[in-house]
Amino acid sequence: MTWLTEWAGYLPQMMSGLSVSLLIAGVSIVAGYPLGLILSVMVSAKNLAVRTLALAVVEIGRGAPALVILYLFYYGLPKFGIAFESITAACLALIWNSAAYSSEIMRAGIQSVGRGQLEASNALGLAQRHTFFRVVLPQGLRSAIPGLMGVAIQMFQGTSLAYAIAVPELMKSAYNIGSQDFNYLQIFTLAGLCYAAISMPATWITVFFEKRLARHA
Amino acid sequence: MDALSAVLQGLPMTIVLTLSAFAIGIVGAVPLAVGLSSSNILVRLACRLFVDLVRGVPIIVWLFLLKFGIQIGTFKFNPVGAAIVGLGVVSVAYLAEIYRGGLQAVPRGQGEAAHALGLTRGTTFYGVMVPQAFRIVSPSIATYLTGLLKDSSIASTIIVAEMVFQSQSFARQHPTVEGILPYILVGILYIALSLPVAYLSRRLDSRMRKAVYA
Repeated sequence: MTWLTEWAGYLPQMMSGLSVSLLIAGVSIVAGYPLGLILSVMVSAKNLAVRTLALAVVEIGRGAPALVILYLFYYGLPKFGIAFESITAACLALIWNSAAYSSEIMRAGIQSVGRGQLEASNALGLAQRHTFFRVVLPQGLRSAIPGLMGVAIQMFQGTSLAYAIAVPELMKSAYNIGSQDFNYLQIFTLAGLCYAAISMPATWITVFFEKRLARHA
Repeated sequence: MDALSAVLQGLPMTIVLTLSAFAIGIVGAVPLAVGLSSSNILVRLACRLFVDLVRGVPIIVWLFLLKFGIQIGTFKFNPVGAAIVGLGVVSVAYLAEIYRGGLQAVPRGQGEAAHALGLTRGTTFYGVMVPQAFRIVSPSIATYLTGLLKDSSIASTIIVAEMVFQSQSFARQHPTVEGILPYILVGILYIALSLPVAYLSRRLDSRMRKAVYA
């Protein structure tokens, strides 16, 4: 019971940290997914330069650990005189991450649209632009929904890495509280439960969508 | 080149962390996957709750919990121990989910046929289901291994001297333009390290395909 009363005391500070975590996750998703869509189109472009650039952005965003990209923005770029506030650096790094991961998922979704759809649009005389935006994209993104939700959860959990560059998010709040009275076990358990309270239901909703989409496939 | 040799000093630790956690995961996930596909609903739910809980908490929280939160008598985790156990537990949960998916993907008829042939339950599971499931999940396991390699970088936050930690300390000592180099190099190294895993996985996959269909 003592844990619960202590947790209740910690909660206000934890909640302000959680709101920062959610903000960073929200920004990285809202800005990252449209960028991901653009990248997914660029990756299959005819122009070699465009394709190579997009591929490099995607492969670095997926292949390098998020922590490294975070450090690159926060500790690396200032050495060239480009300095960010810690929260901006965290947002930029996670936007890159989410754009890279989501672009692969959207590309797979777009590619899964049947050839017949394209042929039918062509036969109906739809312009290429209309074929893409009205026929291919809606179907492709629909099948990408569960994957994109998965990336969103991954991004939310990834915000915990922003602790390493002193962003006042959930993990940092927990550490601050912990270093006051050394209740590390209690406080990190609470932090874990805060993350799980959001990630777990989100995972269940994702699984639900996966099953629903599979039913129509 | 100073930057490169600084980063490379952390390479052995990165590999030790990744492979130790992977070893824990590969073995520990087996009973959990069996529990996840158990016909007993209580066992299934308990395993499901464990897997979802472990996966729902970011790795950095697990590492801090183990490093700072655990104290049993005089025992405390050292950074490397906490990192290996933390990454190991997370791997157990992720790999169990991968195994379960593989077991589920084996056609029902295989189990029924084995039963009809009078094979024992143990033989059915280990001789019929597991080999087929492994073939299905081997690419996912390889993907997870590359993910784990990247996640091992989080150990730098609890002062394990792996590649990212070494990059950090090099960058701190070089406040000039040179200080950005280790971050770029370490990023490239992670990508380079995941290439052989992808290559070996593809070779394993194609070899197993040949073994089945040739």
